[in-house]
Amino acid sequence: MTEQKKKAREPLFHIVKRAELPLFQAWGIRVLAVLAALILNALILMILTGQNPLAIYGSMFSGAFGTARRIWNLFQALAMLLMVSLAVTPAFKMRFWNIGAEGQVLVGGLATAAVMFYFGGKMPTWLLFVTMTAASVLAGIVWAVIPAVFRAKWKINETLFTLMMNYIAIQLVSFFINTWVTSGSGTLSPMSEYGFPKVGPSAYFLNIMIVLVFTVVMYIYLRFTKHGYEIAVVGESEKTAMYIGVNVKKVVVRTMVLSGALCGVAGLLLVGGTSHTISTSTAGGRGFTAIIVSWLAKFDPLYMILTAFLVVFLQAGSAQIVTDFRIDSAISDIVTAVILFFIIGCEFFINYRITRSERG
Amino acid sequence: METKTADKKIPALELKGLTKRFAGKVLANDHVDLTLYRGEILSVLGENGSGKTTLMNMIAGIYFPDEGHILVNGEPAVIASPRDAHRYKIGMIHQHFKLVEVFSAAENIVLGDEGGFRLNKAAARKKVTGIAEKYGFSIDPDKYIYEMSVSEKQTVEIVKVLYRGADILILDEPTAVLTPQEIEKLFAVLRRMKEDGKAIIIITHKLHEVMAISDRVAVLRKGVHVGTLNTAETNEKELTDYMVGRKIDLNIERPAPQDPVKRLEVRDLTVADPDGVKVLSNVGFTAYGGEILGIAGIAGSGQRELLETIAGLIRPAAGDVLYDDPKTGKTVDLRAKTPGQIRELGVRLSFVPEDRLGMGLVGNMDITDNMMLRSYRKGRSLFVNRSDPKKLANAIIESLQVSTPGTSTPVRRLSGGNVQKVLVGREIALAPTVLMAAYPVRGLDINSSYMIYDLLNGQKKNGVAVIFVGEDLDVLVELCDRILVLSSGRVAGILDGRGADKETIGRLMTSGGRSDNGTPEDTREKGGTAQ
Repeated sequence: MTEQKKKAREPLFHIVKRAELPLFQAWGIRVLAVLAALILNALILMILTGQNPLAIYGSMFSGAFGTARRIWNLFQALAMLLMVSLAVTPAFKMRFWNIGAEGQVLVGGLATAAVMFYFGGKMPTWLLFVTMTAASVLAGIVWAVIPAVFRAKWKINETLFTLMMNYIAIQLVSFFINTWVTSGSGTLSPMSEYGFPKVGPSAYFLNIMIVLVFTVVMYIYLRFTKHGYEIAVVGESEKTAMYIGVNVKKVVVRTMVLSGALCGVAGLLLVGGTSHTISTSTAGGRGFTAIIVSWLAKFDPLYMILTAFLVVFLQAGSAQIVTDFRIDSAISDIVTAVILFFIIGCEFFINYRITRSERG
Repeated sequence: METKTADKKIPALELKGLTKRFAGKVLANDHVDLTLYRGEILSVLGENGSGKTTLMNMIAGIYFPDEGHILVNGEPAVIASPRDAHRYKIGMIHQHFKLVEVFSAAENIVLGDEGGFRLNKAAARKKVTGIAEKYGFSIDPDKYIYEMSVSEKQTVEIVKVLYRGADILILDEPTAVLTPQEIEKLFAVLRRMKEDGKAIIIITHKLHEVMAISDRVAVLRKGVHVGTLNTAETNEKELTDYMVGRKIDLNIERPAPQDPVKRLEVRDLTVADPDGVKVLSNVGFTAYGGEILGIAGIAGSGQRELLETIAGLIRPAAGDVLYDDPKTGKTVDLRAKTPGQIRELGVRLSFVPEDRLGMGLVGNMDITDNMMLRSYRKGRSLFVNRSDPKKLANAIIESLQVSTPGTSTPVRRLSGGNVQKVLVGREIALAPTVLMAAYPVRGLDINSSYMIYDLLNGQKKNGVAVIFVGEDLDVLVELCDRILVLSSGRVAGILDGRGADKETIGRLMTSGGRSDNGTPEDTREKGGTAQ
């Protein structure tokens, strides 16, 4: 009698950690996940809009790749998202929850705009560019290093701290726009004459190339340098890091200096390289999206090209279906969310398998 | 007295053939039968790794038994989760408190209690006060946990369990963190609960406490329940014999130390944990090059803190760690130096920590990268050199017969024995002058264990001062040249390994650090110790 009772009460399924999956199997699961997401999305679209889902998918594709201009826009968006993702990656690899990239990018952009506003035309172009770069990097570092020092010295939670720094950055930008703009329009008109020159086939080409270089450098930094190794050890286990004599506080601050500096560069590229102006939405949520991109790629800068591409493709595509089919943007958000959910969720099935209870 | 004997006949909890295996083979509990009556206090006694905690966790619903079943009040019970245990009125007070620091005592006590959506704080407070009065607790329901002493926190844990209506209470080493006065208070409360008909299991390693508080004592050894004795009919000596068992011959090699040289001297070392509880008090000893110094003690007697303090991971409150450098002949004080500073001093101190994958190695990194933990700093280059660590990894895999697909396998995928070979191999490759190893054979099979003993003996022959923290007394008395016994963070005695017997060590281990046992401080025959 006891035996029967026990069987009835035991859990039916067990979750078992998998041994390492061969690469093709892992990618097979990912492809299946995308297919499943597309099928589920097709059902949702048919039910909610009554449109042909294949047509909608076609429109998404054309939104991303339809014209040469769209392709350049896509690559520019990819480059900017990738840049911020690269910036947050060392921090997250160290398990430092830097959710303040948004603010760090914004102050970097603000510093760039300030240099353009005050010194534009008053110094040689090369000096202006050097000053813009220095100012943006410095601003990003300051924004990132404050929470890092507080965390290292007094164990203040960095998540809330970096988040709060975002709001300060946004208010600072509003303040300076109000100071600089006297017309009452509330927007700073582009100072395009002081922006970076057009190089190559598109105004975005220079940005894209710079980000590409940073991607390779970050890959090498994380994988082959002593600093990168220390970041990995601290992220995996602070206890181990202390055991081998790593100065954890120093590594935390140093890594956040790097993270902030790169966010500053992202701000520089957004303001000095593209828009030549600043607004509170210059960072455009990239500081948060970058976290998903970085985690999805498991902090590998080369994989990040792929994950960042996926995100910007979905953004461009869903914007397109909103205009093409006059459907509510909430529906396009659902489409994006379902795809991301499946892609993130399938990692569970790569790491674990579900078995029937052996005794049941 | 009459009511007590009447209650005694009613079993509150019966364990029938409980068996638990870990990783499919390590037998933590082997067909344990145990009965607990209402209105009694049962002590569960056993060495480290004897399976006490596993057994208690099965009763509390944290583990599910592989075989056997549990009866509560004579009815078969399936306890698959702590919630189930709660339903059967079983409550466990863990060694490490599970309280919310920023909540008050009353809030912590009602937390997680099933019931209506609305939290009736006034009623809860009343009930808490009622429980406190009934059993004689002193508790302020409005005091916040972070303002409380360790003993007050423990009171909150006990009241919390009673508040939920527990009839069967399990206390896991409740006295470890208390002062003698607080222990007296706790025992008074436990006796009142017993009179109220509660069934209580208490885990403690201190024999005098077992004698003082319990009605019966269940002894576990290597996962087997070797017997239950009536406390009134036994004594500390008999309990020790039961606990350590008969001597087993392991035939571990023990070469005579070749001209031992003083290498490390620890003086009056005192360490407090973050809660301010003293985990080491005035610990002093000398370690010599060319000998193995064993450290024995019940788990949590300060072994971990002692090694981590020497390694520079914990800052001591007082005391010195003096290192005699064989190269310069100078003595340096390692006290309050970080591991990095110790390394920069040129002190070749190797440390095989107890937590292999949490401290000694990084589980997610491959064998090569784990070799690099100790050597990555070498050279002025910005870049790491992976070719030497890879060579070392291959050398260790070959010489220690590590079974692994290759050097690029993450160490968490290796079996326990292979993980340990990687770790010990790396630490020995540093060519240390002092080698500290904490429980280096824990969880290892026979062959791997003997390989580790051989490695330690090899280091000893090379003139290394080896410090070996062990739990198996049979191993300690055969491997070590001297054995230091720690009890409650104090040195209970230092014995000559060749003359030591398990009973003496067992008694010292459970002495609670009391010095009234009349053991000589250091029985080492060779002259020249600092004592």
